[in-house]
Parts: sequence; C-alpha cells; structure tokens
Amino acid sequence: MLGQVSTRLGAALVVILGVCTLVFLLIHLVPGDPVEAMLGESAQPADRAALRASLGLDQPLATQYRRYLVGLLSLDLGRSFQDQRAVSEILGERLPATLTLAAAALLLALLLAVPLGVFAARRRGSSFDAGAMAFSLIGVSMPNFWLGPLLILVFSLWLGWTPVSGSDDPASLVLPAVTLGTALAAILARMVRASVLEVLGEDYIRTARAKGLSEPAVLWRHALRNAWLPVLTLLGMQLGGLLGGAVITETVFAWPGVGSLLVEAIQARDFPVVQGCVLLISLVYVLVNTLTDLAYAGVDPRVAFR
Amino acid sequence: MQMRLVRLLPFAIVGLWALAALLGPLLATAPDRIDLPRILAAPSPSLPLGTDDLGRPVLDRLLVGSRTSFVVGVGVVALSALVGSLIGATAGFAGGWPDLVIVRIIDVFLAFPGILLAIALAGILGPGLGNVIVALSVVGWVGYARLARAQVLSLKVRDHVGAARALGVRPPRLLLRHLLPLALAPLVVEATFGIAAAVIAEAGLSFLGLGVQPPTASWGSMIRDGVAYMLVAPHLVLAPGLAVMLVVLAVNLLGDRLRDRLDVRTSAA
Repeated sequence: MLGQVSTRLGAALVVILGVCTLVFLLIHLVPGDPVEAMLGESAQPADRAALRASLGLDQPLATQYRRYLVGLLSLDLGRSFQDQRAVSEILGERLPATLTLAAAALLLALLLAVPLGVFAARRRGSSFDAGAMAFSLIGVSMPNFWLGPLLILVFSLWLGWTPVSGSDDPASLVLPAVTLGTALAAILARMVRASVLEVLGEDYIRTARAKGLSEPAVLWRHALRNAWLPVLTLLGMQLGGLLGGAVITETVFAWPGVGSLLVEAIQARDFPVVQGCVLLISLVYVLVNTLTDLAYAGVDPRVAFR
Repeated sequence: MQMRLVRLLPFAIVGLWALAALLGPLLATAPDRIDLPRILAAPSPSLPLGTDDLGRPVLDRLLVGSRTSFVVGVGVVALSALVGSLIGATAGFAGGWPDLVIVRIIDVFLAFPGILLAIALAGILGPGLGNVIVALSVVGWVGYARLARAQVLSLKVRDHVGAARALGVRPPRLLLRHLLPLALAPLVVEATFGIAAAVIAEAGLSFLGLGVQPPTASWGSMIRDGVAYMLVAPHLVLAPGLAVMLVVLAVNLLGDRLRDRLDVRTSAA
C-alpha cells in the first residue's frame, strides 16, 4: 500500500514538473516580442528594457527556467504587469470563488445524475429511461456559453428570481452552478446508468433478491455501493471539464474567480497572471485526481493488486 | 416511417451544416453589411432571422459562421488525429524509453483541465482561424495518441505482424500497413466525437473573443455580441446557440451510432 502511494505521488510530481515547464514555455510562444506585445509598439526603448529585465527575459533560457522553478518553490509566480501586485496574492483572492462554484456545480450534478441514472437503469427501456438519456444527450451538447445567457434571460430578466451576475447574494450562485453543472450531470447520469446496469446483472444481486430483500434495498444498498467505483474514477477525470468550463461560466456571470481572471489577463496581455491562472487550475486538477486515485485504492482493496 | 425519419435526422443536420459551410459565401450576400436604420429587426419574411445590433442579417452571418465552425472542426480533427495517432502508434510500437518519454508527455498534457490550455494558447497566440486550429490541436492530439498507443500495444504481438517482420518488412511500413489499419475503428469513433468537441471549443473561444477576428462571423462571437440585446432581440442569441447545439448533438449521435456499429469501447462520452 505504502509503495503504491509513493509510486502514485512520484508520478504526480513528474506531471507537476511537466506542467510547470509547459506553463513556463507559454510566454515564449508569444509571436514576436512579448515585451512589445505587452507595452505596444509606441513604448520607449528604456521602458522595454526595464520590463525585459524585470521579467528576466534578458537572461538565457536555462537561467530563466531555473529562476522560475526556484520562484515557484517559494510561491513566487511573478508580478502582475498591470498593477505590480504579486500574482500569488491575486490568485489567492480569486481561488475561493472558483472552488465554491465548482463545488456547487459538482453537488448539483451528483444530486441530479445519481437518481436519474439509477432509475433509468432500474426501468431500462421505459419512457423514463428514454427521457433521462435524451436529457443526457442534450446536456452534453449544450454549450455552457449558451445555456448561461438563456438561464439569465428566463430566470433573471423575465422572472426576476435571481441576480444577473456578480457574487454578493447567495442566490447569485444558483445560475452559474446550474450552467456549469449541467454537462457534468449529463455525463454522470449516463455513467451511473451504465454502471448500475452492469452491477444489476451480477450474481450477488440475484442472491439479495432471492433472500427476499425489498427492491429499494437491493438497488440502493447493494447495487449502488459497487456501481459507485467506476463512477468515482471517471468523476475525477470529468473534473477537468468542470474546471475548464468554469473559465467560460465565470465570464458569462462575471463571477470573480480564477477563470474570469484568466480571461481578463489575456485581454490585458498580462502574461504573468495568465501563467499563474493556468498553473493554479492545473495543479488543483492534478492534486484532486491523485487524491481520487489514492482514495479509490483505499475504498476498493482489489485496486491495489492491479 | 417515423423511426426512419428520426434515424436520418442527424445525417440531415450534419449534411446541412457541411452544405452551408461550402455554399455559405454564395448564399450569404451581405453578412458584413452594416445597415444602421435596420438594427435589431425582428425576424420577418424578407429577413428570416432578423438583424443584429449593426443591422447585419443574422441568417447570412449564421451561414458564414457555419463555415468557421466546419473549417475548425474538420481542421482540428484532421491535424490532431494525424499527429496524435502517429506519435501514439510510434510509442507503442517502439516500446522502451521512447514509449516512456511519450507517455510522460501525454500525462502532462492530460493534466491541463479541458479547454483551459487551449484558452491560454489562443490568448497568447492571438485571434485568428489558424491560431484557433493550432491551439485546439495542441490540446486534442493527446486523446488519439493514447488510443493509438493502446491499440498498437495489443496488436503488435499478433501473428500476422510477426509473419510480416519475418518476411523482412521494415518498421515504418509495418506500422503504416499492418498495424494502423487495424487500429482505425476506435480512432474514427474518437475523431467523430472530436469534431463535436472542436465545434463547441471554437464557439467557446470565439465567445471569449479569442476566435476568428471580426467582422468574420462565428457562432460563438454571435452569441457574445447578442447577449447585450437579449431582452429586446432574443433571436440574436437563440439562433447561433441553437445552431451550435444541433450540430454538436447530431455529430454526437452519429458518433454513438458509429461506436455501436464498429463495436468499440471508448471513454469518450
């Protein structure tokens, strides 16, 4: 078990180092001169040189890379080009909003997808099943940058139930969470259905039924417990879609998270902040996935043998 | 009869989309003509989808937008499937340290959640059709690489590969003629879902202002521009959004059907 944990953590560290390297290289992909892209063509040569030096772009690539990695170890992600504040400080302010939104969307998706998937599997071939799968298909195909404005139109503008944007009122979390959670709910419902269907065909389910357990007890206590495992693994992977989707959802609702910060930074050509946002979101993703893997091995002893 | 119609619907939608992409420039007479006296006109017989905030006909812009999404969808899938399959197949075929290195690189790319890396890349490269295709392909190749590698790993121990090797077939030819054709089915299924993903991603990037440059129409930028006028002219948001959704839905349905027919199991959902 311990060996497995350390192998998994080691692999995660390699991936994290790779992610940092790729993010470091991002700024060198800026076509032409990043300094000119930031300052504009009319900038004074002295200003350019000063910015170049402050970004360390006048150093050889290897030196820049070393400095960057050393900086990361002390949480130094550079300074925002716009207001000279530390990027880590700005990210720290924005992260809670993104985590709140992601958690709400995840909760919503689970609350919707689990009953939908279980009942669809239970009544396979029924009109409920067909309806649930139609919802799933539409949910996956519905772009969140369209669903968001539609929800605003109906619930904020026409009905006046929720605020249009911002995050001051708890009710303002509802529409962004629905927007972000719908696609995940659609995918999850499908996975829960498939997983429950597979488990329902197992021998021990027949045994449970044969010994006279009620159908709900068979379904929720016996079937769902084992159907969870594949869903959990895939949930970890789908979290990436959730975090990526947060960028668009936050922009639609002016939600003050890391995602909207990324878009603002891109528009302002504030590259240190762009790098910081990408790095932070990716690290959260890697971290959660590693923890999911470890938890998975803890829940199901069979995993450890693989 | 009714069932047959339902089965044909996805084909019809995709066909219409492709047709609009090919013929759009001929049919759309004035997608960029600004006509200020006619701004935000509601749909009418002469203007089936009304006009936008600059008086441009929404139907014409929708047609031009279908070209944008089609070019990106096909371009991204072609580029990323080609590059990804070759890299993945080579890794699986070669084994040893090249395989190890490539697997690590794939892991790193998979560590970027969803569309995030594409957004950052498109933002850094700047707007434009070519940059959108590049950004989405940089993110997209990984799926094909992983799939091709797994396929080749299981196929390369088959007897016919050993026989070909014994006959002196060189590795590149072995890979291209004897291995990749057998690995094609799951890759084709993945590519179908990839088109849907690329269409959504292109519209998403354009929604964020990172896609094609104005005045060229994209469904995503049409939605973004329409949001400000949603209360007075909901058709500005409804029309392009419905277009994205129908195309993505149709392509996903075709992908599902193809997967069932070719009997492959993929994680793409």
